[in-house]
Amino acid sequence: MQQIIFFFIRNKNFLLFAVLFIIAIALTIQSHNYHNNKFISSANVVTGGIYTVRNNITDYFTLAKENEDLLQENLMLRKKLSQYKELNLAPTLDSGNILNKFEYYSARVINNNYSKTKNQLTLDKGRSDSIKRDYGVISSKGIVGIVSDVSNNYSTVQSILNTKSRINAKLKKSSHFGSLIWNTKNPNIAQLIDIPRIADIEKGDTIITGGRSTIFPEGVLIGTVKDFHLDNDDNYYYVNIDLFNDMTSLEHVFLIKNNDAIEINELEKGVEDAE
Amino acid sequence: MQSNDILINIVRFIALVFIQVLLLNNINLGGYINPFLYIYFILLFPLDGNKSLLIFLSFLLGLSIDIFEDSGGVHAAASAFIAYIRPIVLKYSFGVSYEYKSVKIKKADTTEKITYITSLVLMHHFVMFSLEIFSFKHIPLLLKSTLFSGIFTIVLTMCTMILFNRKSK
Repeated sequence: MQQIIFFFIRNKNFLLFAVLFIIAIALTIQSHNYHNNKFISSANVVTGGIYTVRNNITDYFTLAKENEDLLQENLMLRKKLSQYKELNLAPTLDSGNILNKFEYYSARVINNNYSKTKNQLTLDKGRSDSIKRDYGVISSKGIVGIVSDVSNNYSTVQSILNTKSRINAKLKKSSHFGSLIWNTKNPNIAQLIDIPRIADIEKGDTIITGGRSTIFPEGVLIGTVKDFHLDNDDNYYYVNIDLFNDMTSLEHVFLIKNNDAIEINELEKGVEDAE
Repeated sequence: MQSNDILINIVRFIALVFIQVLLLNNINLGGYINPFLYIYFILLFPLDGNKSLLIFLSFLLGLSIDIFEDSGGVHAAASAFIAYIRPIVLKYSFGVSYEYKSVKIKKADTTEKITYITSLVLMHHFVMFSLEIFSFKHIPLLLKSTLFSGIFTIVLTMCTMILFNRKSK
């Protein structure tokens, strides 16, 4: 007994280090797992509060660019509106009675990183603003990521610049679809894989979201084809994409809620269970 | 440790966390290079201080950075690691004088100081980036990040040391 106690006293530094190291590794591995509740994340009162204070200050430096972006978006929306008017598609039903398939919320980015391999953003909206996990996040220019964790007033977003992200995407002109991934090299360039060889693909083609997931609506802009080559098996294309979004400067984003998501997921789960 | 030392180290802990998360994590030189100055706390922790305490405080320091960064426990693991390995590195870089507790890190010989800082910084960055990247596919990225971020951290640490050394004289 005495020897055991002596052993502990002699090696107390090593034992302390080992315990702490194992805790840290466990936290790391757990953070690599998307569908787990995280013990620690920046969506909490202290870190969220500090990031909000910082953003209240730094927001002023980007006002000019923000205005420019809003102007561009207004212009685009106006064009679309006039097109609808020309087509005489004025709604005849009382739109208040129809539940839209997608609902949008706006939020501000209070922390953004893009220099790591698993990047996250923090937003200033949370559970009290009816934000939930798995909502899609886009900006006025294109796709940003998916909500991965929510606290009362803040939420964290798994950016598309994250090696864990895989988002269904397709070619706009031919609807051949694949998965959007990121190879960690450049925050302005993402990759599209699993595009079948028969797809007719050219430089400059537009890539949009595929609508096969319950997270994003179909047709959210992603980017244009920069270059492409066949992968090792010669069956699929590996495409580099210039993102429309500048992921290094995000200020305001929109969150998307899919009102049918629960129904679709339950239905698909039911099919799996039956099998 | 004297009470003065305790106060200095508490202030240093808090100040370094804030500087790291609000300022240094947003530098992104060349797209991905950030210095990690917060380990300055571990480097300059009093030599006669309690070693178990240092390991525990380093873990807390790393964990605070992790919470801000959403990075799981990578900084906590790397910080606890260098806190544990620090006595060995001290012995190896300052030699016999460390044994007699006569060394003061700030007043030590420049070459010895550089050896000490470089070894600890590179070890810290290597552990941190391997845990963060966590895949064999990206080993070149791991080495590149360790090297460039390491150089940045070492330069910044030396500058901070010179800056605060002059003030105290």
